[in-house]
Amino acid sequence: MVIDDLIAIAEQERAARKKYVIRCCLAAGCMSSNSKGVKEALDVAVKEAGLENDVEVRGVGCMKLCCQGPLVQIDGDGQGATVRIEGNPQGPLYQRVTPEDAASLVATLKGGKTNVQRGDPAQPFFTNQVSIVLANSGIVDPERIESYIAADGYQALHDVLREMTPKDVVEAMIKSGLRGRGGAGYPTGLKWATVAKTPGNQKYVICNADEGDPGAFMDRSVLESDPHSVLEGMAIGAYAVGANQGFIYVRAEYPLAISRLQNAIKQAKQKELLGSGVFESPFNFNIDVRIGAGAFVCGEETALMSSVEGKRGSPRPRPPFPAERGLWSSPTLINNVETFANVPPIFRKGPEWFAGIGTEKSKGTKVFALAGRITNTGLLEVPMGTTLREIVEKMGGGAPDGRKIKAVQTGGPSGGCIPAEALDTPVDYDSLVKLGSIMGSGGMIVMDDTSRMVDVARFFMEFCMDESCGKCIPCRAGTVQMYHLLNKILEGKATPRDLEQLESLCDLVKNTSLCGLGQTAPNPVLSTLRFFRKEYTDLLKEDVYAGPKTDDPGQTNGGPKPEALLPVT
Amino acid sequence: MYVSASKNSLQAIMIATLSNKKPNRLPQILEHASGDKRFKILEAHMKKYQFKQDALIEVLHKAQELFGYLEDDLLLFVAYRLKLPASRVYGVATFYHFFTLKPKGLHTCVVCMGTACYVRGADKLLAAVEQHAKIKAGETTPDNQLSLLTARCIGACGIAPAVVYDGAVTPRQTPEATVEHVKGWLTHGN
Repeated sequence: MVIDDLIAIAEQERAARKKYVIRCCLAAGCMSSNSKGVKEALDVAVKEAGLENDVEVRGVGCMKLCCQGPLVQIDGDGQGATVRIEGNPQGPLYQRVTPEDAASLVATLKGGKTNVQRGDPAQPFFTNQVSIVLANSGIVDPERIESYIAADGYQALHDVLREMTPKDVVEAMIKSGLRGRGGAGYPTGLKWATVAKTPGNQKYVICNADEGDPGAFMDRSVLESDPHSVLEGMAIGAYAVGANQGFIYVRAEYPLAISRLQNAIKQAKQKELLGSGVFESPFNFNIDVRIGAGAFVCGEETALMSSVEGKRGSPRPRPPFPAERGLWSSPTLINNVETFANVPPIFRKGPEWFAGIGTEKSKGTKVFALAGRITNTGLLEVPMGTTLREIVEKMGGGAPDGRKIKAVQTGGPSGGCIPAEALDTPVDYDSLVKLGSIMGSGGMIVMDDTSRMVDVARFFMEFCMDESCGKCIPCRAGTVQMYHLLNKILEGKATPRDLEQLESLCDLVKNTSLCGLGQTAPNPVLSTLRFFRKEYTDLLKEDVYAGPKTDDPGQTNGGPKPEALLPVT
Repeated sequence: MYVSASKNSLQAIMIATLSNKKPNRLPQILEHASGDKRFKILEAHMKKYQFKQDALIEVLHKAQELFGYLEDDLLLFVAYRLKLPASRVYGVATFYHFFTLKPKGLHTCVVCMGTACYVRGADKLLAAVEQHAKIKAGETTPDNQLSLLTARCIGACGIAPAVVYDGAVTPRQTPEATVEHVKGWLTHGN
């Protein structure tokens, strides 16, 4: 493969483009509503109408508005068509399509009418999005590499391999200001620089696709919709740090993402875009898919590496960081799916372009998975610094059934609940931390006034308790105790003393746990306590054993009362 | 995962190893394996990974796919072929939620308990099925027809609450719809 071959494939693919393209969402959300059946019915309908030469039915990735799936959108090319060109959100969008609707949808191309529910492509949910990571999502066919190449795919990899030294690549990454999209927001360029300068004959690149946060499905969508962008991003990363082997660690819960990735890797190898001598340069790179087995802790990088090695997913203390000693003790670059998916556009359009989007400290865009008690659920990508209110109220359409939004939960079990009063906060790494939450991987769960915050805190604590790997004591035992205390509060059996104990336990677990799971496990409790303390105190009863307060420090510090020594149940 | 001590060959092996008496279960396991085509497929899969020890999780995935669950002999077979201690294989198999050491029912109903599904009432779905099938989450009905499971999050948050019936993700479920779905699977049929 040389650049001319790549351009030839792209041109051939573009030339083969038919008059109309009917795009049918084949991501997991719509698939569960039988979009596969819709696609097959559309194929048959096109054939029956004798339009095979004019119409292409294309299975594409996520079309973002998951709550209205299966989604179908029709693009024309302007040649006698009433609809406009590909990728333009003006093409008619159809919602909740069933296989029976296929014939009438195809008939609209010949001036027919259809009763299928029309979606509004001009609503803020679509128009306020800025797509970098999701630019190809819902447009290209994730099962065909040619479709990605026609969207300028793999050109960035070529330019990087041919025109830049690894050092240039790292510098460009630093200049772009991209920060890790997995949650913590560590500057990607710095991470690449550390791995690049660590000596070692063998280095690895790992893509963390163990999207364990409940309520987050951005990475799944990216993998299902545009797997090649992740492969290309990993290859560029590997070139920058000097690695020749990559792993993608995907959750077993995402079978479709796994099969699309494996298919994409196979195609990239056939086209010699992976393997040895990529673009006839000395650069070799292979990628293997590793499948997780349902352990949340494996999203933590050291636990993930242990799992890739075929062991139990137990984290280990850092430092040494994976950049210095990672997989099989070799320097390892480990980034999230979305981070890697940002890489090809950065090199295609330049780091300055990327740095021009977003806020001063958080560059670029962020993909959010909007779900919960909200009208429009689905995927959205917005520039960093967009306010929560814009995302939730304007784009998300607010809470359904005339309810009032009470809080927005970000960051999964490691994050916190942001109250409705703080909806004007711009979404970037630092503002969310100030509110006691984190950006996290991008799950955004909206809660309305039917949600009880103590219940929510207990839900997350139960999650962390079950998912604790058991290696360090604060997390293993602390989460259990906190869960029991929350239960006690919810049952109305707790006293102010229990609340005190809960708070001190939060502090202890947060500061003494080994890995991110334990260190962040108290966050949902702490943030709900901060903003919704009244919901906790309303559930408390008088402390009958407390007795009069004295100046004796042993007493006021909660010298153990008889009942405090009993296990909290 | 608790298995009764009398039947647990793994435990026996570990005890035997500790007491420095090498267990001689190997001929039995290989004999067990020789009559079953699925072991051949599993072995071919291990060969694909060149019997590398780090492929343990992939191999266990395949084993569970072939056999439905990971019985003791199967784990011992994997340990033997990958040249790993039985304790390591057992440790990995019990660490990950995805692996099960007990046979599953004929049908499975997985209720997603992710946050999005939870705030949209997944707990009510689960309670409805629990009440109808008279089993708790994680259990199988006595007639072996239905296993009721929960998932952490299947990433179908946009169509919450979601339930997976025999591998098919089904969107926007209600307690009534869920019970209706599992009804036909239960032999007592009420």
